[in-house]
Amino acid sequence: MYSKILILNFPPREAQKPLVCQLTKKYDLLFNILLAKISNQKEGYMVLEITGEKANFKKGVNFLKDQDVRVSYPEQEIWKDEEKCTQCGSCTAVCPTEALHIKRPEMEVLFDKEKCSLCELCILTCPTRAMGLFSKTPEEVM
Amino acid sequence: MGEYKINKTYEEINKKIEQGEAVVVTAEEIVDIAKNKGIVEAAKQVDVVTTGTFAPMCSSGAFINIGQSNPLVRTSRTWFNNVLAYSGVAAVDCYLGATQPCEDDPLNKRYPGEFNYGGGHVIQDLVAGKEVEIRAESYGTDCYPNRRIEKVVTLKELPNAILNNPRNAYQNYNCAINRSDKIKYTYMGTLKPEIGNANYSTSGELSPLFNDPYLKTIGLGTRIFLGGAQGYVTWTGTQHKSEVERSLHGAPLSPAGTLSVIGDLKEMSPQWLVGQSIRGYGCSLSVGLGIPIPILNEEMLKYTAVSDDQLFTQVIDYGYDYPEGKSKSYGQVSYAELKSGSIMIKEKKIPTVPLSSMVKARKIADILKKSIQKGKFLLGKPQHLF
Repeated sequence: MYSKILILNFPPREAQKPLVCQLTKKYDLLFNILLAKISNQKEGYMVLEITGEKANFKKGVNFLKDQDVRVSYPEQEIWKDEEKCTQCGSCTAVCPTEALHIKRPEMEVLFDKEKCSLCELCILTCPTRAMGLFSKTPEEVM
Repeated sequence: MGEYKINKTYEEINKKIEQGEAVVVTAEEIVDIAKNKGIVEAAKQVDVVTTGTFAPMCSSGAFINIGQSNPLVRTSRTWFNNVLAYSGVAAVDCYLGATQPCEDDPLNKRYPGEFNYGGGHVIQDLVAGKEVEIRAESYGTDCYPNRRIEKVVTLKELPNAILNNPRNAYQNYNCAINRSDKIKYTYMGTLKPEIGNANYSTSGELSPLFNDPYLKTIGLGTRIFLGGAQGYVTWTGTQHKSEVERSLHGAPLSPAGTLSVIGDLKEMSPQWLVGQSIRGYGCSLSVGLGIPIPILNEEMLKYTAVSDDQLFTQVIDYGYDYPEGKSKSYGQVSYAELKSGSIMIKEKKIPTVPLSSMVKARKIADILKKSIQKGKFLLGKPQHLF
C-alpha cells in the first residue's frame, strides 16, 4: 500500500465538478480529507491523504492534473520541539485533526505527525513556540 | 493541641528531615494512602506531602539592580532586550514585569497579536545564562550626572536579581468557555465559538493551595520550590480571597487564595521559568512552584488527601460575560471531569483543554519530595499566618 499527502488547488471552474470522488471510482484509491476550502465560483484548496496501489496513485494524480487541478506535495512538515514543549496542552484547543492530543492519565502532550493537516494553527497558539514548520529534503518530498 | 490524635511540630518534622527519616509523599500519592490506611494512621506515618504547579502566572516579575556605571546614574527608564522595566525606584534598581511586551511589538494591531518576546522571556533568558542588552535613561542630577547607559550583561554579572511575584499559585481558577459566535483569544488560551472548547489552568489535587485550603501551614516564611530554587512565601498575593463558597472538604469552589512569593533569581533555572506568548493576549511567564505541606495532625492529612473528583470549579463565559465583569456560572465541574478530556455543558460534550502542565507539576512535587527525603530541603515555619 502506498500513501501520500497531496495539496490540490482547484481553479474556479473545476471547483464545481465532482473530481476527487473519481479517485475512488476510477482508480481504487482511498482519500482522507485533511483540510478543504471549496466554495462555488472560487478557487478551491484541499489537502488529501491518498492511499492505494502506487500505479493507481500515479494514474489518479495524472487524472487530476488533466482536469486542470494543480497538484503539489507538502514540502514542509510541522515539528514539535520536545525540549521547548512544557506539556501544557494549549495547542489541543486549536488542532483540528487531534494530531496534537493528550495521553491520559499521564497528561502528556503527544504529536501524531500522520494526522497533521499542516494547518499551522498550533505554531502561534503554543505559548512556548515549541511547534514549527520545517522543510523536508527534496528526497522526502518525492 | 489536645484536639488531635496526632500532633507533630515543625521542629520535630525538620529533625526527621535532617536525619533522613522523614516520610514524604506527593499530593497524588497521599490520596490512596489515606484511603487504605485511614486519616489518622496515614497522618501518623506521613510527615510531609509535596505539591506542585506549573502554569502561566502573569503577576510575576523580578527586582533587578543593574549595577552602577561611571559617571554615576540614577535610572528613570530601563530596558532589557528592549523590554521596559519600571525604574521608579533608586538608583539602578528596577522591576521587570513578566507581561511587559517588547517595545517594538505590534501588539494587537495585527490581530491576534503574537507577543513573541516580553518580560517573561527576558527572565527566562537571564536564568538560562544568556547575554541580555541593558539600556537605561536618566534626566541627570548633580549626584548622578550620567544620562544614558548601555551594556550587555549576563545574570551572573548583575549585582542583584530577585524574583518577586505579587500573585502566584491561584487556589482554583475558572474554567473558560466562549458562548459568542466569534473565536476569542484570551489569557485562558484560544476559545472557539459556540462553546467549542473549555480551558482550565490548575493542577487539581497536586495544586499547592488545594492541599491546605485554609492556609493553616502556609504563611510568611514558608519555604517553597520556586523556579527551580528554594524560595519563600512573603504574604498573601493580590486578589487573595478567603471568604468564598467551599466544598465539604474546605476547598474553594471558585478562584480564592493567592500567594506572594520571593526567591533568588540567580539560583533559578530556565526549565522552571518559561516565557509565554499567549496569542492575542500578551506575554507572560510560566512559573514552577511547589509547597511542602507538613502533616502536623490528621486535619492537615485530611486536606492533602483530597482528590480531583472532590475539587470543583465554575464554568465562566469569556465570550460575552467576562469582558463585562459578569461571572455567571454555566455549571460546576470537577477536576476529575476536566482531566478526563471532556465535560458536559447544556447536554453538549465539550472537549477540555489544560493550560497548566501536569507533567511539570508532577516533576516539581517529585523533586520536592526527593530533596526533603535527602535532607536538602527543610520546612520553613511560618512566622505569621494570614
